[in-house]
Formats: sequence, structure tokens, C-alpha cells
Amino acid sequence: MRFLFKTRYEQDVRLFKHGGQKFWYGLLGAALLLAPWLFSDYFVSQLVFIWIYSIVGLGLMLLVGYTGQVSMGHAAFLAMGAYTETYLQQKGWPFVFSLASAAVVSGLTGIVVGLPALRVKGMYLAISTLAFGFIVEEAVTRADGITGGSSGISLGGLEIFGLPIDSEQRFYYVSLAVLALCILGVMNLMRSPTGRAFVAIRDSEISAQSMGIHLARYKTIAFTLSAALAGIAGALYAHKLRFLSPDQFTFLQSIELLIMIVIGGLGSIHGAIFGAAFWILVQQFIVTAKDWLPPAIGQQTGLQPTIFGLCLVAFVLFEPLGLYGRWLKIRTFFEMFPFYRKGMFRRQKSYLKSERLK
Amino acid sequence: MTAPLLQAKNLSVQFGGLKAVNDVSFEVWPHEVFSLIGPNGAGKTTIFNLVSSLYKPTAGRVMFEGEAISHLAPYEIARLGIARTFQNIELFEHATVLQNLLVGRHCQRHSSWWQDLLFTPRARRTELQFRRHAEEVIEFLDLQHYRDSMVVSLPYGVRKVVELGRALAMRPKLLLLDEPSSGLNVEETEDMGFWIDDIKNDLGITVIMVEHDMSLVSRVSDRVLALNQGEVLALGTAAEVQAHPGVIEAYLGGADD
Repeated sequence: MRFLFKTRYEQDVRLFKHGGQKFWYGLLGAALLLAPWLFSDYFVSQLVFIWIYSIVGLGLMLLVGYTGQVSMGHAAFLAMGAYTETYLQQKGWPFVFSLASAAVVSGLTGIVVGLPALRVKGMYLAISTLAFGFIVEEAVTRADGITGGSSGISLGGLEIFGLPIDSEQRFYYVSLAVLALCILGVMNLMRSPTGRAFVAIRDSEISAQSMGIHLARYKTIAFTLSAALAGIAGALYAHKLRFLSPDQFTFLQSIELLIMIVIGGLGSIHGAIFGAAFWILVQQFIVTAKDWLPPAIGQQTGLQPTIFGLCLVAFVLFEPLGLYGRWLKIRTFFEMFPFYRKGMFRRQKSYLKSERLK
Repeated sequence: MTAPLLQAKNLSVQFGGLKAVNDVSFEVWPHEVFSLIGPNGAGKTTIFNLVSSLYKPTAGRVMFEGEAISHLAPYEIARLGIARTFQNIELFEHATVLQNLLVGRHCQRHSSWWQDLLFTPRARRTELQFRRHAEEVIEFLDLQHYRDSMVVSLPYGVRKVVELGRALAMRPKLLLLDEPSSGLNVEETEDMGFWIDDIKNDLGITVIMVEHDMSLVSRVSDRVLALNQGEVLALGTAAEVQAHPGVIEAYLGGADD
């Protein structure tokens, strides 16, 4: 265990808490920059999907994990971003502007969807966002002038400042850069009053408002930012697939996104990224497993949702903190080796007696 | 003569057929500790909720520094400088003690959300300044040991103090304490008494307190208001109120019961 001796308030505010963190994240960053040269195109392409899902995951984490508002319609925001990007790219807008517009359009939709959140909570909010998801899905199918309807729409090549992004490697760097910026933004939020207001709303609305937090305003901000992040991810998703159709943005995907962040670990930025990585890896695993499983199981239609559901149940039962919680435990084990005890993370009731003995 | 800090004028609130508070009037003067006592269901916490605007009065009004405040939203009440604690601790459990105190500084934030998103120099300055303010509260309440602990892992007595700290971090003019000693042991209650004295004398904050522990009430309060079934029974010093026949009857029952 590392105990930091803080002598300045600056130490509390900065992003990397100590030199060790700087070193390891630096190493990780370097590895990620080198990855496209070391791995096959196929693997790099999977990494791109992880980055994209991480961005949606971050958005959803902001809303569900930090602000405590449920959304079961996040695939709709993804769709808003993806179709806005496609539309503006066809109009010949530069990528930077079309990406920003995708975020803005999706964010503005987020305000509208967030409106019920000011009145309803829990299950009712979940249902109203769910309804929104269906509306968007239906609207996308009907508005075939813009979206190409159910036959889909394809998107041409991407160009940034005159540089064609024509290979898997180049797009890898684009999406990695966008993800890095999104993570930085969320980290900034969470170390400032806005982020604390989100957490306050999650833990106790009544005392949040007694502390001067304007609930409606902050819930709206959370919805907007969450939707905007999903919009950004949607734009990248459009470029990654180069073909969009309404059946990519279904209710099922909204649920999968939720499961993804629960498995990753609610209430942490790590959780969003771990969840995305897990989600992509398991999908890959299922695709591979289909070949050697007996056809009676391998060819079942609901194989993927079933496995995902089982994972969720297992996590809720055995590791409620998700992959991030597991990661914390493993890290602590090595940091304290050989003094780690079982049950160190078990929440203990502390009693007044032990206070005296201290 | 100074003006009263808080005034309740003919305050009434009715839930269906139940008159929880009925025509209650009182004044709280700056720099005093004012206690509300009364048996369960007397309407003490309801009065707190009326002051912090969580409930709206059906009749009468609450005035703070001469202005009516009942039409304001709860978050606006906090901005006026009224802080409160809750009977059943309402802390942000999955956050550290320091973060809880920092939320208390929320009203004084200078940065908007997009400045937070970019963590502009202004946002950074605010953060550093807030930490200094939070640190003052930590020192005042001896919470150094718990600064970075999650609230969820703290014992009840400490949580109670953290909640007091969070309210103090707001640097309020008026502090509402809802049963500050409930669930505390004798020693902790004594500490609470010292802190309330210090809050009044050193920080110059006016305190209104709902409390059942009469020894704490008589030690720290300047004036006491006794309520029963939503109505005022007696108002005066702790000794006067305790000697009042109506109060004794409300607590112990009358001769004919």
C-alpha cells in the first residue's frame, strides 16, 4: 500500500497522483502507440472497436455510474451521432466540425431525453429512456431521405486536414486520440465541483439540494454530456463500419452497453474501458468458440446475449465492483505481497469500541 | 436592537387532515443557539423542512434576514446561507470525507461546467481555494484522521461529525441541526456540545437545533421552544421551559391520563 504524504493542495488536484502512476500510464500509452505496428490489422481493428465502445461507456458511466440516472436508450444517442456524422460528411464538412456537430446534436437530444429525469426516478426513468430509444429506432427507419431507411446508408472515406485516413492503423490513431481527449474531459469533470455535484445527486438528492446543488440543472448537464460522448462514439462508429442501418442501434444494444459498464465496474473511469475491452473480447471469443462447439449450441441464435447475461449475473454475485474491483484487488495483492489477506476489501462495520483502541 | 435572523410567522402546514405544524411563530436572533424540543411527532423536523423549503407552508411564512423565503427552491435556500444536517445522516456515502466537505463549498463555485470540463486555471484556483476551506473545517472538528476515508466505512459517531462538517463547510449564517446527538455515546455527545458552543462563539454562526437530550439542550441553548402536536407550548430559557407545567404534561402525561 502506498500512503501519500501531501504537502500541497496541488497534489490533491493533479491527474497523476504519484510518480508510479505517471510511469505505468506512460508505459501503457507508449505500448498503445506502438500497437498498430506490432499487431495484425484484424487485431488493430478490434482495438478500434474497444476505443469506440469505451467512449460510449464513459458517457454512460457519467450518467449511470456517477450521477445515478439510468438510461436504457443509449444506442439511440449512438445512432444520432452516427447519422449526423454520415449526413455532414456527405455534405462535405471537415471531420473536426462534423464530429463536433455529432456531439452537439446528440447532446441536444440528451437535454430533451433528460427532461423526464427531472420528474421521475429509477424504473420510470428507465422506461422513458427506453421509449426514446424505440422512437429514434423507428424514426431512423422512416426518415429514409437522410438515413437510407432500413436498406442502410454507406459512408465514403475519411479525410482529416487533407490526410486520408485510409488504413486501419491511421483510424486507430484517430480513435485513440479522441478517446484520450474524452477521458481527460471526464477526469477533469470528476475532480471539479460539477463532478462532485453528480456524485452528490447519486448518493442523496435531498442533501444535494440542501447543499445548494440545482438538481434539474446538474441532471440535465449529466444527460447532455453523456449523450454528447455517445454521439462522438457514434461518429467514429460510422467511419469504422462505413455502413449504417437501423438494426445496429436497437434496444438490445442499449442493454448491452449498460451491462458492459456494470461488468467493468460502476463509478470508475477504468470501469468504462475495462467493460468495453471485456465486451469486445467476449464477442471475439464467442465467434471463435462457435467453430468448435457442438452445432446444437454453437448455432443457437441467442448465444451471445446468453453468455453476456451469465457474465453479468456472475459479476453481480461474485464481484459487484466489476472488473475494476478485481483489478484493485490484484494490484493490492502485489503491492502488499506477501501481506495481502482474504477479505481485505470486504466492507466492515466499524464500531465505536475500535475507535477507542486506536 | 438587531433584527431577528429568522422569523416564523403563523407557520402552518397540513398533510391531508393532519396539522403537522399549527400557527407557530418564533424569532431567532443572531448568534444564539435556539433549541426545538417536544415529544415525537411534535413537528420539530417539519419546521426544519419548512425553513429549508423542502415543504411549503399551507399558511404563514418564514422570513430570513427580513425576506420571505418560503417560495424559494431548496438549493436557493442554501445559497442564502442556511445549512442543515439530517436526522438520519444523509451523507454522500461513496465519496471521501474530504469530497463531502468540498460539496459543502458548492455554492461558492466560480467555474461553470465547461470550465470544469477543460479544467481551466479558474477551475483549478477554485479547487485549491475550496481545499483550504475544507481543511479549516477538518481542523476545527478534528477529522484529520478520516480525511481520505470513504464515508461508508466510518462509524456512526464520526459520520455525524462529518455531516456537521459538511454543513460548516458552507460557511452558513444559520445552521439547522436535526438531532445532533442521536445515536452518539455520552462522550461524543459531550464533544458535540463543545462544538456547538464553538460554532456559536468562534464562528459566529446562529444555530437552531432539534434535540431530545435535555442535558445537551440546557448546556448549549440560549432559548428553547417546546412544541407539542404542532403547537407552541412554551418558549424561554431551558430551565423555564423544563419547569413549564404544559411541557411536563406533554412528556409525562397529565394527571387524568
